[in-house]
Amino acid sequence: MVPISYYLVLAAILFSLGIAAYLVKRNVITIFISIELMLNAVNLTFIAFAHQWNKLNGQIFVFFVMVVAAAEAAVGLAIIIALFRSRQTLNVDQVNLLKG
Amino acid sequence: MNELVDTIMHLALFLIFGGLAVLAALNLLLQRHPINSALSLVVVMMSLAVLYWSLGAEFLAAAQIIVYSGAVMVLFVFVIMLLNAGEEERTKGSKIASIAGFPGAVAIFCLLSFVFLSEGHKLGLSHLGGSLDEATSNISQISSLLFTDLLLPFEVTSILILVAILGAVVLAKKER
Repeated sequence: MVPISYYLVLAAILFSLGIAAYLVKRNVITIFISIELMLNAVNLTFIAFAHQWNKLNGQIFVFFVMVVAAAEAAVGLAIIIALFRSRQTLNVDQVNLLKG
Repeated sequence: MNELVDTIMHLALFLIFGGLAVLAALNLLLQRHPINSALSLVVVMMSLAVLYWSLGAEFLAAAQIIVYSGAVMVLFVFVIMLLNAGEEERTKGSKIASIAGFPGAVAIFCLLSFVFLSEGHKLGLSHLGGSLDEATSNISQISSLLFTDLLLPFEVTSILILVAILGAVVLAKKER
């Protein structure tokens, strides 16, 4: 019998840590990892609300988020490999071709 | 008496695995080597799977371990090792990140926890293991919903995955 709000606060903590990691990290793979962390935090919120309303819609939503995240990881990592081939670096500061 | 023991056990489960998730997320933030960050994310995902289970989402708890910490993180670790990613050097980062980013992140956290905690009594309590429907299992409920009402979105995701596979192959292919 844990209050639902505790689960939601935990999700908020994980999401904020994901934002902080997204801003601090300079390695493109680690930035991608922090995006996954934020997606997981949102999934926890969905499941907590699905539990609270006694409905399955939230769980279905998490299922689709997982599918899209898996597809996104495959494409994103392929882009990272292509980026590394052309620039020989993973540091986002050195990938500044579009910078004016 | 029995209910009290239940409450204490559920709270202990939540505190152990919630604390583990927060600690691993902090470790992700503080580590400099990408492989350490990736392995901390595996710990976060495993503890979240336990929390999903405690909220009655058994199917998603299994899917979280198999899909996320199994497949997706193996892909991450594989790419980190393939590209031989070393320790990242800390640079200053962008100016807009330090001006707007961190106060924004702290503000989002404060706002969300304020709303959740002040409205917490309206949200109610969670019951260990879920209480959706005792007679049928979680997975049969999800699958009956997924293959009747939501059949079209379910089929569309297969096209999405097909496109993602093709895109990944084309992007990662060596140029000649």
